[in-house]
Amino acid sequence: MTTVVGVNSKMPVNTIQDNAVAAEDKTQRDDGGYKMIAENVSVYYDGIQAVKNVTMKFKERSVTALIGPSGCGKTTFLRCLNRMHDMTKNARVDGRILLDGENLYAKDKDPIYHRRKVGMVFQKPNPFPTMSIYDNVAAGLRLNGVRDRKVLDEIVEGSLKMAYLWDEVKDNLKKAAIELSGGQQQRLCIARALAIQPEVLLMDEPASALDPIATQKIEETITELAKEFTVIIVTHNMQQAVRVSDYTAFMYLGDLIEFDETKKIFTQPKNELTAKYVQGQFG
Amino acid sequence: MMTSSQKRAEYRALFKQNVPGRLIVDKIMLGVILACVVTALVPLFSILVEVFKNGLPALSAEFLTQTPGAIGSGDGGIGPAIQGTLIIIGMASLIGVPIGVMGGIFLSEFGNNKLGRLVRFFNDVFMEFPSIVIGIFAFLIIVLVLGHFSIWAGAFALSLIMFPIVTRTTEESLKMVPLTYREAGLALGLKQWVVTFRIVLSAAKSGMLTGILLSVARIGGETAPLIMTILGSSQFFAGFNSPMDALPLRIWRLSLLPYDSAQMQGWGAAVVLIIIILAINIGVRYFFARKGKRGGLFSMMRSGIRR
Amino acid sequence: MLKAAPHAKSRKITADKIFKIAATAAGVYVLVVIALMVFELLTESGPVWQEEGLAFLVGSDWNAVEGRESFGAAPYILGTLVTAGLAMAIGVPLSIGIAMFISQAPKFLASPLSIVVDLLAAVPSVIYGLWGLFVFRGFFLELFERPMHEAFGGSIWLFAPAPFGLDILTASVILAIMIIPTISAVSREIMMAVPQMQKEAAYMLGATKWEMFKLSVFPYAKTGLIGAAILGLGRAVGETMAVTMLIGNATGPGAFPQSFFQAGQTMSSIIANEFIEASPASLHLPALIGVGVTLLLVAIGINVVAHILVSRMLKVREGVINA
Repeated sequence: MTTVVGVNSKMPVNTIQDNAVAAEDKTQRDDGGYKMIAENVSVYYDGIQAVKNVTMKFKERSVTALIGPSGCGKTTFLRCLNRMHDMTKNARVDGRILLDGENLYAKDKDPIYHRRKVGMVFQKPNPFPTMSIYDNVAAGLRLNGVRDRKVLDEIVEGSLKMAYLWDEVKDNLKKAAIELSGGQQQRLCIARALAIQPEVLLMDEPASALDPIATQKIEETITELAKEFTVIIVTHNMQQAVRVSDYTAFMYLGDLIEFDETKKIFTQPKNELTAKYVQGQFG
Repeated sequence: MMTSSQKRAEYRALFKQNVPGRLIVDKIMLGVILACVVTALVPLFSILVEVFKNGLPALSAEFLTQTPGAIGSGDGGIGPAIQGTLIIIGMASLIGVPIGVMGGIFLSEFGNNKLGRLVRFFNDVFMEFPSIVIGIFAFLIIVLVLGHFSIWAGAFALSLIMFPIVTRTTEESLKMVPLTYREAGLALGLKQWVVTFRIVLSAAKSGMLTGILLSVARIGGETAPLIMTILGSSQFFAGFNSPMDALPLRIWRLSLLPYDSAQMQGWGAAVVLIIIILAINIGVRYFFARKGKRGGLFSMMRSGIRR
Repeated sequence: MLKAAPHAKSRKITADKIFKIAATAAGVYVLVVIALMVFELLTESGPVWQEEGLAFLVGSDWNAVEGRESFGAAPYILGTLVTAGLAMAIGVPLSIGIAMFISQAPKFLASPLSIVVDLLAAVPSVIYGLWGLFVFRGFFLELFERPMHEAFGGSIWLFAPAPFGLDILTASVILAIMIIPTISAVSREIMMAVPQMQKEAAYMLGATKWEMFKLSVFPYAKTGLIGAAILGLGRAVGETMAVTMLIGNATGPGAFPQSFFQAGQTMSSIIANEFIEASPASLHLPALIGVGVTLLLVAIGINVVAHILVSRMLKVREGVINA
């Protein structure tokens, strides 16, 4: 039984919650140490197949980069991992996505059970413009019923620290989120995603709208985050993939062409198409 | 710095198991919203159903062409009202459409300056003038001056309601024509007025016609400005300087009478009016506004909001 | 040295110049009309302002008998505001619900629905009045007014008068139906103007659709939605025929809106009812014109505010996040 430490001890610690904690925390090693597995995933928009039967396995505490030319399906695939396509009209997803062994696409549970386990950061920073920094980070927590001010404070601080934003904003958390710079806003979005304690973090070209210095900070953050989280990042910047990721997946026209350690993909790719792409011959 | 996996699990334990509750709230809100939709649809359907149900039986050749009979007798018809509506819409369009189109041309081709902004702003403001106040104005400058009710006053009042709408829709339609059309025409040596009328207006034809027809439908249903300008009458057109009837006026007057026969005639007049107006509205949508974007533009134009 | 062609200067009045003058004249026409209208209205209502002064706006007499003429527009001003306010209270929530539905529903539902709502706007006011008079009134009286009066007539003053169907509440309800198309059309545009990424951010956190609206749409669109509501208010204020046919026609102090089931009067309905009968020689006509002036000012004031709020929100949509 896990004991709950470091938090207001007035929290009732009942056995049901403890079991739930234990169950979530149990890492089912029957998939060979993979945090998330995408099995035969296909995505259809209006009948047109955008992702063709892709299977990928993501190790715990790693960064996987998805690369490929525009339109190759990398973002489409990424958005399967937290069931974002449910929002898209005329989109159909086939296949299974397993997180800790549990199929996110199983029909028995509503997607919102799963979406909070997989955080997402988007291409352009999109903090909630009418809210303060604090409220942005706390938004997900409040949705999940967390009301205790001390707990909120603690988690907000932890999330902002993980996103490397705490020091810059700690003096005025009530400031409006949109008053931050672009790079800061994006780190705020990372903190917001982290606040709901996901296991996996999805990032869709998170630094593409930012200047080089902000980009560097984001990349440092990603590297740090990989110590605890499983990060999957879509990027069109190959140097970024090299800098940041442990594994790389190269996609082209909806197919997964090659998936391997980043070092190998960029120095000794097995597939000719991969070689052409990483050498910049198209894309 | 990083929250450990164990810590994360602890935090997660603090999340309330409130998902089922939230899903229920979501479903309830869906129900509430559906109720809103139904509440809006019911009146529309009821109006259409009742107007047709009660009005169609009243229709006959006699009803559509004769003058009203003695009050309460149930004889006669709404001939003058139909004639009057057609005349007044025609006259109002003769005044309102040219002014509206030229106004739209002004704003689109010459209006990128201070004067243009002023005109645009006041045009939008004018669209919101209550129609009864416009009726008072027409009364004051025509009826009072002439000393008697006059069709000119009614046509003028309706044209005032009409032209800002036409200006607006014409401007929007002309603006959608790419600049290259104009440049090409001018490059060929054509004068600007030729370019505008022959080239640009043709390209903007469907948008403009949409706006014109919608504004015709709008004034066809207007009652208030006609009360003090053409007054209403039981006779057919008797000259531009006499009172005249119109469908909305007749409907109103019939509704004030306590007789069942008058009520039935009222429904009959209403069905005629609604057929004309709906025919124009639906026809315009079907023939001209096939692009989806235009649909939203309609509503915005109708409500008078400028992006 | 190049000289301008000798014939160029003689063609001063070209067709293009006429064209531009004609277009400008058409443009300026609206300014002239407005100026003339304001002038005429103020001038012709002059006598009542001279006689009553600004007390016209707060007085409640309505006496056209010669020798004892006295007019005050207060009951009608309040009547307009109360009916429009009630119409808003009923219409705004309904409209926002409809806009929410249309903005989220699949295309095959949303398209016909928005067309249907727009058709509501095309129905003339006088037909709303007719329907209200001969269809709605009966139902409303039996199913709502009489029961409420029986239940609460003794205790709540709002339900005190014995209802007979032609009253402030009935007129307000019909008015609410009439302004729904306006408010929901604009609201829908505003909700669609909320960037998709904002909505996705909410979904990413695991929000339900309703929570997404609360988190992403409403805070973002607040200003615009208020503008849409006020636009509806502006429409309601200017409405004439349906109100005239359903409000029961009270005049004088008895027209002060105090309860739901009493007969009332608005600025537009008093004009519609009495204008033809009013003799230009008396103070009656200037009084009605004075009511018209007041109505104009109220309607325009409300609409200008609404326009500002909505335009501001629509323009700002892109510029909010300074990445």
